[in-house]
Amino acid sequence: MITKRIIPCLDVKDGRVVKGINFKGLNDVASPVELAEYYSSCGADELVFYDITASSDGRKLFTDILTETARRVFIPLTVGGGINSVDDFDRVLKCGADKVSVNSGAIKDPSLVEKAAKLYGSQCVVLSADIKRVDGEFRIFAKGGREDTGLEAISWIKRCVDLGAGEIVVNSIDTDGVKKGFDLEMLKQVCDVVNVPVIASGGAGAIEDFITLFNSVPGVDAGLAASIFHFGEVQIKDLKLEMKKAGIPSRL
Amino acid sequence: MTVIVDYGVGNLFSLRSSFAAIGTDVSFTKDPKIVETADKIILPGVGAFCDASQKLRETGMQEAVLNAAAKGTPLLGVCLGMQLLFDRSFENGEYEGLGLIKGDVIGLKDIIPQGLKIPQIGWNALSFTKDCPLFNRINEGDCVYFVHSYAAVGVEDALAATTEYGAIVTAAVQKDNIFGCQFHPEKSGEVGLNILKAFCEDI
Repeated sequence: MITKRIIPCLDVKDGRVVKGINFKGLNDVASPVELAEYYSSCGADELVFYDITASSDGRKLFTDILTETARRVFIPLTVGGGINSVDDFDRVLKCGADKVSVNSGAIKDPSLVEKAAKLYGSQCVVLSADIKRVDGEFRIFAKGGREDTGLEAISWIKRCVDLGAGEIVVNSIDTDGVKKGFDLEMLKQVCDVVNVPVIASGGAGAIEDFITLFNSVPGVDAGLAASIFHFGEVQIKDLKLEMKKAGIPSRL
Repeated sequence: MTVIVDYGVGNLFSLRSSFAAIGTDVSFTKDPKIVETADKIILPGVGAFCDASQKLRETGMQEAVLNAAAKGTPLLGVCLGMQLLFDRSFENGEYEGLGLIKGDVIGLKDIIPQGLKIPQIGWNALSFTKDCPLFNRINEGDCVYFVHSYAAVGVEDALAATTEYGAIVTAAVQKDNIFGCQFHPEKSGEVGLNILKAFCEDI
């Protein structure tokens, strides 16, 4: 049976992982390459590298780091951040990324999803959607969750899947950072309308949140989180053992 | 020397890194002559069957791979490279494969129950169906990473491993010196590296 995936997300700025991290056994906790190796050895099923640099120097550092990580870590790597064109896809795929996630780039130009899917295959194109409740509907936000696009989220996601997106990251702005669990209501609605893998993001605070997620929304394929893994609040090994105990298929 | 057939299909970065990680010297080649004289051959591939088989023929690689296979050179097909080993594929039409292993490649939609997601993306466990040297260094039940919308059927005694995705799905095949993995060993962590290592060192 296919296993539910656990995916740590690393925000990278100027070649370093941002957000405070405290790990035993890591010499350089801000080194994306070392952290990626550490997560891979703990049983992470996939890694997301999110490029939050704005400068071209930072971008060059990012691709150098991606290349080095892809040389040393043999699990799927997804890259997001600053993907606005097919050239951006090309740039990160050449450095060893397996999938590329688009967010604001797709909002600006939805045909990017279609073009990239034709060129690299749908399995390579991940749509990342930042969603917030506004006036009783789910709304897509752009620019890191700062700008209401007015787009209704569920139809936007459906449209992108029709254009060729092969996976969806659903990031709930409403639950993000609250650490009281994933946005089950939002995730259910997305799972009802798409037949591609759905990755839940935003709200995980403890192991139980993942168990609840996979038990109550069977259509969700993966859980993504950042700080709870980085701060060591949840150890991936423990999480997977608990998933197994709860009867949720996981790779140990 | 182990060679990886470079016929213009897919990104070979991860395969290159994987062999470097297990300490095996491999060369990538676009030259069919080098493929014919190789000690071992890896046939990679992503994308559509029709494009890949066409490129394989156009580059002269099809003949080289068949000649090498006939004289007993171990050959490992990975993902689409594995699908190319069979008689036929029904991906968007009907196309001839290399015919090295009996069987057809058909859509997962015709194999698995409705409602399951296609492609199968993610880690799934292997069940062994024969004693295959590719698995010398791994255990039954180990998970590997799959990304595929098509799978081989009618493989008969060449079936080496299966995985369960709503139905029993072909995961690996072997007939004499011909090997194939539907999953991506280069993306399957330690387990995947151990499969590549077994191909390089135990076969």
